[in-house]
Amino acid sequence: MISFVSTFLSANAELVITIVKIVLLLFIVLTVNAYLTWFERKVVAHMQTRWGPHRVGPHGLLQPLADGVKFLFKEDPTPAGVDKFVYYLAPLLALALALTSLALIPFGPDPIRLFGHDIYLGIAPPDLNIGILALFAITALGVYGVALAGWSSNSKYPLLGGLRSSAQMISYELAMTMSVVGVLLMAGSFNLKKIIEAQAHPHHPELGILGWNVWPQFLGFFCFFVAAVAETNRVPFDLPEAESELVAGFHTEYASFKFAMFFIAEYTSMITVSCLCSILFFGGWLSPFPASWTLTHYLPSVILIPFGLWVIWDGIRYETVFGRIILPGVGTAFAGLGAVFVLLPNVNEFIQGPFWLLSKIFVFLFVYVWMRGTLPRFRYDQLMAFGWKLLLPLSILNVIVTSFVILAKMQWWGAR
Amino acid sequence: MTAPLAVFFVLAGLAVIGAVSLILQKHPIHSALSLIVVMIALAGLYLLLGAEFVAAVQIIVYGGAIMVLFVFVIMLLNAGIEEHTSISKMAGAPGLLLVVALAGFVAATIAKSTESVQATPQSGEIASTIGISNMIFKDFVYPFELTSFLILVAVLGATVLAQREKS
Repeated sequence: MISFVSTFLSANAELVITIVKIVLLLFIVLTVNAYLTWFERKVVAHMQTRWGPHRVGPHGLLQPLADGVKFLFKEDPTPAGVDKFVYYLAPLLALALALTSLALIPFGPDPIRLFGHDIYLGIAPPDLNIGILALFAITALGVYGVALAGWSSNSKYPLLGGLRSSAQMISYELAMTMSVVGVLLMAGSFNLKKIIEAQAHPHHPELGILGWNVWPQFLGFFCFFVAAVAETNRVPFDLPEAESELVAGFHTEYASFKFAMFFIAEYTSMITVSCLCSILFFGGWLSPFPASWTLTHYLPSVILIPFGLWVIWDGIRYETVFGRIILPGVGTAFAGLGAVFVLLPNVNEFIQGPFWLLSKIFVFLFVYVWMRGTLPRFRYDQLMAFGWKLLLPLSILNVIVTSFVILAKMQWWGAR
Repeated sequence: MTAPLAVFFVLAGLAVIGAVSLILQKHPIHSALSLIVVMIALAGLYLLLGAEFVAAVQIIVYGGAIMVLFVFVIMLLNAGIEEHTSISKMAGAPGLLLVVALAGFVAATIAKSTESVQATPQSGEIASTIGISNMIFKDFVYPFELTSFLILVAVLGATVLAQREKS
């Protein structure tokens, strides 16, 4: 039996590795999603001088778990008069497509070497030549989840929400795709890894943050980020679920776990958009510092160890016994991780890429929450006018200017 | 049976099932969904042949943009279940004849062709993004630009038709 397992493993190593990676990524993403809801509620609460969740677990840290249990055990009624097949298909489609798009993101430059196999961080092979196109293909299908949910519920508010969201997504997808063309022209490839490597400028390793695409492509970044926020139906573009007008928009008739699936899909696409923003415009896993500043390699530890110590210090004075046990434990884990990053040079070298990418993703997620806490919602005609009359022309202008500059460089300076 | 061949049969079967269901479904939305299945299965077949760019564009343009518009219009008009009239029943007979004729024609073409049918990926040269853009913007630049003008004219025509009441 054991020999059979070992021969099967060695014969199908790639397959087994990929499946393990998929399971791991799913676990991580779903956990991050759960704590993103906690983070969002907490940050928005503090912006509005409230406390946010703080009853379930220390600092409300177990609130996502309680929410998850509630989603699982709530009654799941199917309203009369719905189109059964499409009604069940819609949340499934939304969640599956949102999760699939994360599979195409590369999370780090170097592979881990385990059992004689190079294991890259990220599920798709790093030399996938249509990386960004495949991502857009999946996002393009994402509209169906929302549109079909609205239609199949056979109810007025969901239908209006579904119609609004289809119109909004079609309009903003154009601007989003056009705004990326500038980046693609500069990198000369659809491959996400090559797009990042082009921002490293191999001939000028001292550029650091100055070499990122966001400086020459600032217009493109503006258009992309605004369009991407609209694509994910988040504030200030959350018209499909405008509470004051449409109850809950396209998912009014969904309850229990089917509602949770839409919820998870929305938060997953927030993560995907943050990944894309960091990869396309902010250098992905590249460090913002010049390559010769090797001391900055200890930055992850400089952040993790004090944070861990602070959590321990906060935890031992916490008012509940449970908190006095859990919080110091979590703090020790953070501080220990930071210590490992200092003490093992191999690990330190390896985590540089993922550390910077994850930090940038975190910053963008914070911006998402920040906008939710700050901005009011657009009116529908303002939304359409903004998309068609401002974003689309701007992104086309960006493509034209970028291609002329690249052409001029090739003609007169002979670059590339 | 090799893995690519198995994938081919799965995708081809999916495309055929989708196409048949497109015709047999009673509700326009279900028909539109079947058409999306056909589009995506076709994209998978392109991918199998090594045409990555064409596959991605197939999903973005046909699966995404065009079919979303279809679904949008069906939702907006709130189209109901298909109704059979006497003419639509009569149309079945020539339709069946046409199916037989078309199947015979395709079968005859395949039977007559001397080269064996290829289902292997082409080398990256032809289907790659660079290859396609060279073809569109160098070899066939005038037909390509003419086609864009044609589409532009169609868009303008649609706009004029939609605004007719104002003037």
